[in-house]
Amino acid sequence: MKPLLTPFGDSALLIKFGDEIDLSINRRVHALDALLRASPQNGFIESVPAYATLLVIYDPLILTYAQISDWIITEMDRVEKNVARKPRRIQVPVRYDGEDLDFVAAYHHINAREVVRIHTSRDYTAYMMGFTPGFVYMGKLDGAIATPRLETPRTRVDAGSVGIAGAQTGIYPIASPGGWRIIGRTSMRLFDLTADSPFLFSPGDLVRFVIEAVDV
Amino acid sequence: MFEVLDVSGLATIQDEGRTGWRRFGVPTSGPMDAFAFRAANLLVGNPSGAAALEIGAGEIELRATQDCVIAAAGAGYSLSIFTWTFPLWDSCFVRAGWTVSFRKNGFGMWAYLSVAGGFDVPEVIGSRSTYLRGNFGGLDGRLLQVGDVLQIGKPSHSLMELSARTLIEDARPNYSESPTVDVILGPQKNRFDEKNIQTFLSSSYKVSHSSDRMGYRFDGPRLKHIGGADLTSEGMTMGAVQVPADGQPIVMMADCATAGGYPKIASVVSADLPLLAQCTPGKDSVHFRETTVKAAQEKFRALMEKMKNGIVES
Repeated sequence: MKPLLTPFGDSALLIKFGDEIDLSINRRVHALDALLRASPQNGFIESVPAYATLLVIYDPLILTYAQISDWIITEMDRVEKNVARKPRRIQVPVRYDGEDLDFVAAYHHINAREVVRIHTSRDYTAYMMGFTPGFVYMGKLDGAIATPRLETPRTRVDAGSVGIAGAQTGIYPIASPGGWRIIGRTSMRLFDLTADSPFLFSPGDLVRFVIEAVDV
Repeated sequence: MFEVLDVSGLATIQDEGRTGWRRFGVPTSGPMDAFAFRAANLLVGNPSGAAALEIGAGEIELRATQDCVIAAAGAGYSLSIFTWTFPLWDSCFVRAGWTVSFRKNGFGMWAYLSVAGGFDVPEVIGSRSTYLRGNFGGLDGRLLQVGDVLQIGKPSHSLMELSARTLIEDARPNYSESPTVDVILGPQKNRFDEKNIQTFLSSSYKVSHSSDRMGYRFDGPRLKHIGGADLTSEGMTMGAVQVPADGQPIVMMADCATAGGYPKIASVVSADLPLLAQCTPGKDSVHFRETTVKAAQEKFRALMEKMKNGIVES
C-alpha cells in the first residue's frame, strides 16, 4: 500500500502504511522515521512511530500543512529506494519464572522449557513504545506460544516483568496494572529518570531474550 | 522564593511541555490552557515556555520571600496580593513578605502564575513539567503541598521594567460557558457515517465529571462507529477527539497518552483548545464546528501575533 498522509488536527499529520500489526509494514514506519529524524525540517517537532503509522508533530507557527507534507513526500521517495537501515541489537537476560509460564505451556500443550526455548529462539522488533513511559511492544511471536491476554488485568505487574499478549511480547518498565501473561522477569532497568538517555530501548530496535535462569 | 501557605486541588509546575519523548511513551504534559500560560510568561518578560504554576479545581496561597514580579492569567480565579485584588492578565510587583493568592471566582477552570525568571525546579527528561501519573517533573513529580518552597530564576530585565504591564482585552481568548470550538475532521472520520458526523457537529456536548489533565470526557448524543471501536494503536496528540465503544467523545488534553486504539473523529484546533480547557466538568457544554487545516493555522498564527503585540504598559 502506498503511504497515506492525513491531517491530524492543525499541528500533526498521520502517515498510514497499513492497518494491521505486520513486521514488513512496521519496518517501513521505522525507515521513514529514521530518515525524517536524520535531517529534520525546521518546524518539525517530533515523530511517534506505531505499528503501521507514523505521527509527525510540527509547529504550525513555522510550517503549513502543505510544507510539512511536501517535505515528507520527498523524503518518502528516498526511503522507498533506501531501506537498508541497521537496527540496534539488544540482548535481554530473563529469569523464566513468571506466574503465567505454566498457563502458556498448558494452553499450547507443551512444557514450560519448550515455551522458553521458543521465546528465546528469534529476534523481535520493537514495534512501538507507549502505554507507560518505556513500555515496548515487540513481535512477532512464534504462533506456538502466542497466547491471549488475561481476562481480567492484574492491578499490579512488577517492573521488569516479561509478558505475552497475542503474537506480541513486551516488558513492563515500571510497576503498573497489566493484562499480559507474565512468563519471566529481567533485572535490566528499562527506565531510569536520572540517566542521560533514560530509556534502554528505542522503537525499531531488535531484541533477543536470553536465558538467565529457568524455574520449572 | 515562594512558600506555599495553603493549597487545594490540582496545583502543579508546568513549562511548555516535554517534547521529543513521545516515541518512548512519555506524554508531553505542559499547560492545559497554553494561551494563558504563554501570556503569563510574556507579561513578566520570560520566554513563553518558562515554568509557571498551574492551578485548577482548587485554590492556593503563597508568600514571597524576595521582591519579584508576577503575572496571572487564565479564567475562573481572582488574584490577591497582600490586601489588594488585582485583575488577571497584568504583571504586578510583589514585595518580600507579601502573600499572593488565587481564589476561585466564577466561570473557568485553570489559572497560571508566572514569576519573572520562572520557577526553578529541576529538569526531568528535558522539561520542568509535572507528569502526575508518572510521578516525575515539576516539584518531585507531585501536586504542590503546604510547606513547599519554590525557587525563582533570574529575571530578564529589572523588576521596575517588568511590572505594571497588561495584555489588552482585545488580545485575550473569548472564554465562554458554552464555547463553539473548531475541529478538523479525521484522521478516522471514515469510521463514522455522514449522519453521525452531523450529530457530532450539531449537538451540545457537556463536559463530564470524569475529566482530568489527561482528557475531557463528554456526555451527549451517542456516536456510532462503522466496523467497531477498535483500531491498531497509533500516535495521538492533545486535542484528538477519541470515540470509544460507548460512543461518548473524549478530547485528549495535556497529559494525553502518546498512543491510543480508539477511532478519532476529529481534533480540536490549537486556537480553541484553551476555550475547551476552561469549561467546568459537570457544568459547561461545547459545540464542535468543522474547519480546515489552513483556516485553523491562520487563526492560531493571528491569535499568537495578537498576544505578542497586545502586551502594553498599563
